[in-house]
Amino acid sequence: MREENQTITIKGTKDGLTLFIDDRESFDGVMDELADKLSEYNPKKDDPVVPVTVKLGNRYINDQQKQQLRELIGDKKRFSIELFDSNVIHRDEAIRWKEDSDMKVINRVVRSGQVLENAGDLLLIGDVNPGGKVIATGNVFIMGNLLGVAHAGAHGDRKAVIAASYMKPSQLRIADYISRAPDYETEGVYMECGLIDEKQDKIIIDRLQVLSHKRKDISGFERRILNG
Amino acid sequence: MGEAIVITSGKGGVGKSTTTANIGTALALMEKKVCLIDTDIGLRNLDVIMGLENRIIYDIVDVIEERCKLGQALIKDKRFEDLALLPAAQTSDKSSVTMDGMKKILQELKQTYDYIIIDCPAGIEQGFQNAVAGADKAIVITTPEKSSVRDADRIVGLLENENIEPPKMVINRIRNHMMKNGDMLDIDDIIQILSVDLLGIVIDDDEVIKASNNGEPVALQGSSKASVAYRNIARRILGETVPLQSLEEEKGMFQKVKQFFGIRS
Repeated sequence: MREENQTITIKGTKDGLTLFIDDRESFDGVMDELADKLSEYNPKKDDPVVPVTVKLGNRYINDQQKQQLRELIGDKKRFSIELFDSNVIHRDEAIRWKEDSDMKVINRVVRSGQVLENAGDLLLIGDVNPGGKVIATGNVFIMGNLLGVAHAGAHGDRKAVIAASYMKPSQLRIADYISRAPDYETEGVYMECGLIDEKQDKIIIDRLQVLSHKRKDISGFERRILNG
Repeated sequence: MGEAIVITSGKGGVGKSTTTANIGTALALMEKKVCLIDTDIGLRNLDVIMGLENRIIYDIVDVIEERCKLGQALIKDKRFEDLALLPAAQTSDKSSVTMDGMKKILQELKQTYDYIIIDCPAGIEQGFQNAVAGADKAIVITTPEKSSVRDADRIVGLLENENIEPPKMVINRIRNHMMKNGDMLDIDDIIQILSVDLLGIVIDDDEVIKASNNGEPVALQGSSKASVAYRNIARRILGETVPLQSLEEEKGMFQKVKQFFGIRS
């Protein structure tokens, strides 16, 4: 019982335009109607570019369809699509999200020459020996001695942290930062963590307690899904 | 049915061949039937340590390439009836031995011998793979040096992928005064890093070098510290519970008296 012209609703906000697309209409129908709607609008060449948010409701569109929308709205007219906002996501994407936000628990000793790689957070119950390496796309937590190399946020997450019961690593890596052990012999530290300090622009090692205010979202289970 | 034990270390020069010879000899002393296999093709020396070099006619490569029967290549020890050695080839290289060939030899030897001790070459390449193939147990040798512990750790990691029992460890070449000063890694430190069971410790003893130059394994000499250590290791392999040897030097009579009167030396 809806009217034909209600498939697409356009609203202006202070951040630009929001395009609501009814999820009951077919994609081709949407494209036709959108072309129709936009044909009335002919901006001048020197008008400022208006950012557009497209709200899709419960509709899933693939990359090709996104590209079609971008071409229709973006190229001809002086609009640019900032964000596609949909209530649904593809299953593969959901699985990837889940993997990236999951905590994997592994109980073993990572010995010299061995590499332990993991998507998401890693909780290792056991040691990382000299010459061994652990890599995670999320945080690295080690209940044991970290004597080798640990790499957190391997896909570039600079908020990732590395924590261990005992730390005397040969290298700590977080995202694209690397820090190495000093050349002189040192004692390791107990119950500390490594994280990137934005001000000093390097990896620092600090007490675990600082995490509670420097990385507040670490306790949140769904933090990455909410952050996108 | 016998048991095949591979002696390995990763790093060279930590005492694999010496340990193989001495554990084998010590087991033979306890009246077990023992066969030693040298798998260090091209760099054989287990026969030298055992003093059997001049008796070699056929070697392991001859057996694998079927130029002789296994029984023909085995050298009987000059001291023990039940101790035999299968020597490595000196002229071939490590690719002459295959993992299947090794397994076949071990299967055959296990019928006759109680223990088959395999001397593994240094490194982690084909030679190591061959030596480990078909072994039931492994003993990792390390010395209290960082590099040797690092390599032992690598070996323990590689052994995890093999179809083999979790390895035991022997710490060789311990120098007591250096360990006390903290110039060498502590026994506890090594155990903590490698997290494997300790099978024994052997003190760095001049007698070991003397004995192997004479072709007489040190385990045959009654009193030296290393000799006792190797015999203890053999007893532990047989399942006995033997306490670890004390690292302390024997105190002289004078010091004992001083201690008795509470005078600090």
